[in-house]
Amino acid sequence: MNSVFVICELEEGKVADVSLELLTKGRQLANQLKTKLEAVVIGKNLKDIENQLFPYGTDVVHKADDKRLEHYLTLPYNSIICDLFREEKPEIALLGATSQGRDLGPRVSSELKSGLTADCTSLEIGTHEDKKAGKTYDQLLYQIRPAFGGNIIATIINPDCRPQMATVREGVMKKEVLDTAYKGTVKNIDVAKSVKDEDFAVAIIERHIEPRKINLAGSQVIVAGGYGMGSTQNFNLLFDLAEVLGGEVAASRAAVDAGYAEHARQVGQTGVTVRPKLYIACGISGQIQHRAGMEDSSMIIAINTDENAPINQVADYVINGDVTTIIPRMIKAYKKNSK
Amino acid sequence: MSGLKIILLAKQVPDTRNVGKDAMKADGTVNRAALPAIFNPEDLNALEQALRIKDQVPGSTVTVLTMGPGRAAEVIREGLYRGADDGILLTDRAFAGSDTLATSYAISKAIEKIGSVDVIIAGRQAIDGDTAQVGPQVAEKLHLPQITYTEEILEVTKTKLKIRRRLERGIEIVEGKIPCVITVNASAPECRPRHAKQTMKFKHAKTITELQSANEDYLTLFENKPYLKIQELSVKDVEADVQWLGLSGSPTKVKSIENVILEAKDARQVENTNNGIEEMIKELMENHTIG
Repeated sequence: MNSVFVICELEEGKVADVSLELLTKGRQLANQLKTKLEAVVIGKNLKDIENQLFPYGTDVVHKADDKRLEHYLTLPYNSIICDLFREEKPEIALLGATSQGRDLGPRVSSELKSGLTADCTSLEIGTHEDKKAGKTYDQLLYQIRPAFGGNIIATIINPDCRPQMATVREGVMKKEVLDTAYKGTVKNIDVAKSVKDEDFAVAIIERHIEPRKINLAGSQVIVAGGYGMGSTQNFNLLFDLAEVLGGEVAASRAAVDAGYAEHARQVGQTGVTVRPKLYIACGISGQIQHRAGMEDSSMIIAINTDENAPINQVADYVINGDVTTIIPRMIKAYKKNSK
Repeated sequence: MSGLKIILLAKQVPDTRNVGKDAMKADGTVNRAALPAIFNPEDLNALEQALRIKDQVPGSTVTVLTMGPGRAAEVIREGLYRGADDGILLTDRAFAGSDTLATSYAISKAIEKIGSVDVIIAGRQAIDGDTAQVGPQVAEKLHLPQITYTEEILEVTKTKLKIRRRLERGIEIVEGKIPCVITVNASAPECRPRHAKQTMKFKHAKTITELQSANEDYLTLFENKPYLKIQELSVKDVEADVQWLGLSGSPTKVKSIENVILEAKDARQVENTNNGIEEMIKELMENHTIG
């Protein structure tokens, strides 16, 4: 079988987390398919970039290094990827569901007439039987994503077209180093062969990208703590849970005022409004100002010693008890049950 | 000299942001009838940008192109009320089951049929699918450059555009040549409201199909006011190859659909024990909340 490819993205010269997450997932998929994991990196000054990719189990790194490619541009990047894919014929190609990946992915899939599923939340290998055509498929990529405003979960497949392409948002997959000593090979792409002058039809005149900061609004899982956490030390437990679940830590105003967390993490009327898939409120009483910032979360777990805390009114699950015993139990249960 | 010929790609979508209790049927499928059909929000942002181009480049025209069933003509009328010049409904049974690639193919064929288009502008994505694929795919099919995530068109002339794009953590100002495809973000300025004069003018705008079921008074009205006629295009009209449309033209297939059960808030008490918590975590993993 042909390889699993990840189209990597760079952030200030480093491989973006979302790409490393996809490489981790890609390695699992490649193992199941008994094939290789390959990465594509496009940019400027890519010397040694492969060293960031090999530890995730990358077998081949394709590099397109050119000073004109420092910042993402649709057409030249598209030309490079399409030429490479026509040559290598990947079985699967994954991209981050970033502004770059969601711009490039559809362009590539259109040119190659392959299918693309946006914003997948899960990727699995599975079988498919097309009864009408009397065909069975052994090892297809199940591209699982919410649809219809999150009201349904759809499993999408591309039975006949390759590569099977999918984008995945940052934080959805887990990033895990396979082996720090893992070594693959590097292949340099002949940029001039793929990229034509007319590919530079759109030119970047100015660019202002802010450094990465806490991104509450974009998190699917939020672990929030209130004054009831009691101390900075206890509050730090939330980071452990957030890391395991691939989420972000938030705080109520009272917790920020008490100095447990910085203001950028504040959820509520005077902070950020969030709508994650899961909001875990720990030691938060749930005043209306806080609830206003989080009650549209799809699922809410309230952890509190107070049985009558207002937060319980908007919660789907209520756990009464000491947060310092509950959080470790949650971490343990999640680790035990995740693949 | 004439201005720019602008095509707005607009989609009629079910309002997935306001999904009520009736929106999901007992069997887990979506009850589309229970959801109001609306003008896709980002397509309205795109309409505003299209109208601004029209304001700045005299002689420009905005055509609303929508693909969908007959009732999608609503979107065209809404566009006309807000300042568009005319509209085209791309409609055919052969489109049923199209994924983004087949949809983009159909739209690109319609645009080729219309001919000599300068700017194609659309919302970044539609709220019923959130894929953001059709814009770039239409651009590819037409071999045009694309400028996505547009927040504002800063400058426009007959030959080029300067655009501010909104990216995840910042902005980019780019310059591109016309013709091109532009997609517009929700962070772009809101669309202007209906214009009273335009609304009066196009109140009776109808497609040919709608006209067939209208009374005879309309026929005279249409003879006198030809602009009321909303053009309809079929697969045959745009000379599309049915092989690339509908299910056969769609590389992606829906294998299965699972309902996300929306229950009224009725908090479950979870016991603070290893078993109690593990059971909760398992449930959350099974219903795709985490994991």
